[in-house]
Amino acid sequence: MTQSLDYLKETASQTAGPYVHIGLAPGAAGFDIYRQELGWDIAGPNARGERIRVEGIVIDGTGSPVKDVLLEAWQANADGIYAHPEGGGEVEDGFRGWGRVITDFATGEWGFDTVKPGSTPGRNIGPQAPHINLWIVARGINIGLNTRLYFEDEAEANAADPVLNLIEWERRRATLIAKRTERDGQTVYRFDIRLQGEEETVFFDI
Amino acid sequence: MTKPGEYYQRDRMWHPPAYDKDYKTSVTRSPQYSLISLQNSVSEITGPTFGHNDVDPLDNDLIKNYAQPGQSPIGERIIVHGRVLDENGRPVPNTLVEVWQANAGGRYRHKKDTYLAPIDPNFGGCGRTITDENGYYFFRTVKPGAYPWRNWVNDWRPAHIHLSIFGHAFAQRLITQMYFEGDPLIASCPIVNTIRDKAAVGQLIAALDKNATIPLDSIAYKFDIVLRGRRSTMFENRLEGN
Ligand SMILES: [Fe+2]
Repeated sequence: MTQSLDYLKETASQTAGPYVHIGLAPGAAGFDIYRQELGWDIAGPNARGERIRVEGIVIDGTGSPVKDVLLEAWQANADGIYAHPEGGGEVEDGFRGWGRVITDFATGEWGFDTVKPGSTPGRNIGPQAPHINLWIVARGINIGLNTRLYFEDEAEANAADPVLNLIEWERRRATLIAKRTERDGQTVYRFDIRLQGEEETVFFDI
Repeated sequence: MTKPGEYYQRDRMWHPPAYDKDYKTSVTRSPQYSLISLQNSVSEITGPTFGHNDVDPLDNDLIKNYAQPGQSPIGERIIVHGRVLDENGRPVPNTLVEVWQANAGGRYRHKKDTYLAPIDPNFGGCGRTITDENGYYFFRTVKPGAYPWRNWVNDWRPAHIHLSIFGHAFAQRLITQMYFEGDPLIASCPIVNTIRDKAAVGQLIAALDKNATIPLDSIAYKFDIVLRGRRSTMFENRLEGN
């Protein structure tokens, strides 16, 4: 016999199911209930830095768009500070750094407006390249998938990023790099997420 | 310097695997490569914070938050209450808990739900609240009905409430489902059975709580939620700088 460790076990995950919108984005489910839905404004009006749009699609193992996904984004501000007591400092008034977006029921396209984040401290070696943390849930996804979006135009920082460098297979790192495009004078980053297949997106156990 | 450290790693043998052939939709939506394991950086130990500006007092009362004045939804009136804790057994205060569910007939208020049970005009089916300083939360609602779904030909979901919890770090983010003590449909549900460990399933089944029942009014179920715990030893690796 030994002493017992008194830890509790984490509550097990279950799929968000097809009707996740009712709870987290009721307007998309087709009704109006709350004074204000959460997560539609990531950066707020006072955020410094470059205003950008991020768009993409989630693709399943058959190559089809997944049309009932909910994504959440978590990012630092342009100075690399997270809006959190341990985030490294103060952020602009109204900057939350967190957003929630759902895919279009017809096309599977999703998109959100934000500011480009700055680089953030790494654990031990060097800074982390600018990135947006993403969390993906849907029917058929038993536990939320964590990934990171990096920026194509940050090649030097990306090359030194401790997390990208942790991915042994160099060609898989490319799945985390969003492509920079321009549309009507606005910067749009394209980030498609592949759940399976040869170009399967890198997902993390954080 | 002692600094609260990383979150305990997720027990992936306790959580459901991504791929389960008996939950058919998971087959084409499950990553095939192994997850890349990351030690926590500032990106994982931080997460969004919410306050009482974000929610309204009535948001946790599903009996009232969508009903016409003077009316209420059909169904068994229940209270769901409990605490959000971490794996160290400490309360998780001031964290956002969101719920959604079918009505008493098993029908969701969702444009994609076509089940023949009727929509209840007085029931929206969602709620949200922020845990108090002791990690405590409660909702008032009606007990959701079981409903059929397309998986095997004759699959029925046990009565359940979906829950979304944030904790204080993106690493703690969790969505799960709560079931009800005594429901005979739990044992045969392919979604429940994506979880291999019976103890982990048991932790998702809320107990009937007669002590918290309001006599002649509402029956209560108790459901505690456990989020990942955090290391805090003086030997912790530094998280920042080099
Ligand atoms: Fe459900």
